[in-house]
Amino acid sequence: MAALEIHNVRKEFGSERVLKDVSISIDSGEFLILVGPSGCGKSTLMNAIAGLEPVTSGNIYIDGEDVTWRTPAERDIAMVFQSYALYPSMTVRQNISFGLEMRKVPKAERVGAVERVADLLQISHLLERKPAQLSGGQRQRVAMGRALAREPKVYLFDEPLSNLDAKLRVDMRTEIKKLHQRLGTTIVYVTHDQVEAMTLADCIAVMRDGNILQLGSPDEVYNNPVDMFVAGFMGSPSMNFIRATLEAAGDGYALRIATPDEDDLLLPWPSGRNAAGLVEQLNKPIILGLRPEHFSEEDVRLSEQAEGTLMEAKVSVVEPTGADILLRLPLGEQEITARVGPKCAIAPGERLSLRVDMARAVLFDAETEQRLA
Amino acid sequence: MANVIRRQTPAARLLRAVLYGVLIVAGLFYILPMVVMLMTSIKPLSEISAGTLLSLPQNPTLEPWTKAWGEACTGMRCEGVGGYFWNSFAMVIPAVLISTTVGALNGYALTKWRFKGSELVFALMLFGCFIPFQVVLLPMAQTLGWLGLSSSRAGLILVHVVFGIAFTTLFFRNFYVGIPNELVSAAKLDGAGFFRIFWRILLPVSAPIIVVSVIWQFTQIWNDFLFGVAFSAHNTQPVTVALNNLVNTSTGVREYNVDMAAAMIAALPTLVVYVLAGKYFVRGLTAGSVKG
Repeated sequence: MAALEIHNVRKEFGSERVLKDVSISIDSGEFLILVGPSGCGKSTLMNAIAGLEPVTSGNIYIDGEDVTWRTPAERDIAMVFQSYALYPSMTVRQNISFGLEMRKVPKAERVGAVERVADLLQISHLLERKPAQLSGGQRQRVAMGRALAREPKVYLFDEPLSNLDAKLRVDMRTEIKKLHQRLGTTIVYVTHDQVEAMTLADCIAVMRDGNILQLGSPDEVYNNPVDMFVAGFMGSPSMNFIRATLEAAGDGYALRIATPDEDDLLLPWPSGRNAAGLVEQLNKPIILGLRPEHFSEEDVRLSEQAEGTLMEAKVSVVEPTGADILLRLPLGEQEITARVGPKCAIAPGERLSLRVDMARAVLFDAETEQRLA
Repeated sequence: MANVIRRQTPAARLLRAVLYGVLIVAGLFYILPMVVMLMTSIKPLSEISAGTLLSLPQNPTLEPWTKAWGEACTGMRCEGVGGYFWNSFAMVIPAVLISTTVGALNGYALTKWRFKGSELVFALMLFGCFIPFQVVLLPMAQTLGWLGLSSSRAGLILVHVVFGIAFTTLFFRNFYVGIPNELVSAAKLDGAGFFRIFWRILLPVSAPIIVVSVIWQFTQIWNDFLFGVAFSAHNTQPVTVALNNLVNTSTGVREYNVDMAAAMIAALPTLVVYVLAGKYFVRGLTAGSVKG
């Protein structure tokens, strides 16, 4: 049975429609991430699940029960807030056990629960402190401890890491993933950080303007985006969108990229790939989506068996990140980003041969921005 | 100013001296009336008529104080202001407690449990801060009559509570607006209800604004004369009314020392409250404006 089901939920503030017919269903133990730019409705959806915000229409089921009109307390959920929302006048121990106390759990059990989560999160030494005496990372742990103490059916995380500095954020991310693997809890997690979404989720819902554009595994969302928005939102640096024209070439198709001052670049569409629907686009402008890692530097020794099409361009900017090098170079009318190995010896202004992995390329309709192939 | 780096030139020192001079003069100017009152209240009557306002007492005596407290005539009775002093306390304490409590609950509801029109309700309550006392005298007398509370202590307390709520609501609303709503959301998810959240989460962090509200209300209600004179009977009159009667009762020679002593007695509680809690008052007023 689905641990959480959202059926055709709509939310309107006055005439403004913040959620437009959202439906999601996740199984027990799944990690769902709602991701999207600010104002996409992900936090509103989270509040609707929590019961902090009534929905305009639609239903929400937790563990098969319709909880649409129940109070937050009656839904058996716990939430970790972006600001942590620790009760300032209470010690860490009181913060963690407050929810249990409100639910009239006997004292002995409360003590046991506090010990358990304190061990789990390594905050045993902080139990007698007040929130003001804790660092950001410690507060974050206490906020998670407060949620974990009660063992609810669903956990909600509202951008829990966005107030931490970069290094701590990565550490805590790993820790949340470990916790999820260990406890097998059902989690709904809101973030605007696509890296968090990719690394943590079993299932990602990419949202925009109150709609879920795509719901799928991180792999699906990353490699098989439904439209240009999803493709551009997921991945960093983001996908390159290149204007091209679809042409017939022999039995198949090829993409012609008009290049000023030089010969047009012609990229053949791999014959093995699905080409249904491309017929209608013949000789029309089309958008070719290529991620930076779909480019690789040409290795002369391997060029015999290497796949993909060769292209050549003058590199304008070289950005070494340590693990690899990001290159900015012109392709057609736009400048694109390519990711090459850290050993690539190239200086700005030099020409470089790159191989384009067309097997992973995606095509979008230039007008509707929808995926074509 | 200690952390401002500036070269100590002679001109700068002179400027500093002038600055302090002006401040000291201003300080003396403000403290002078009280010094005169205090000095006059411990002078015998003969010294007052012989000396000037500022001459120091030669034979200090507490006799004017005891007379003001227990014997001086306020109108027809000669029992001093002592009894009225306790009348004031019996009125002020419940009025302050009730208006502060209601204000805190109002502020909490208006910020953390918003409802349709809650901003309008707040705006209307705010309006209550600007209503002059005189305007409501007659309607209030009528209302108290209907309620059967005319000339009673309970009636006077009710009037002060009704007038005070506008201010206390304003204080608490502005304080609670700065407390993150997520705290309340978290407590709701934890299973706490309206009063539980108020009692366990909000109230423990409200000390600064409670102090502000208590000081403000205490001073306002203690110092009030108009409502006291309009809505109280003789046995419930506050000390401010008694002081007025005492000063206006002529028994031949004017006893300035007794008048001053009575005035000091009437002003003492508010003075004490300011001295004890003044720094919390300033802290509370600025709380929330700057993030700690």
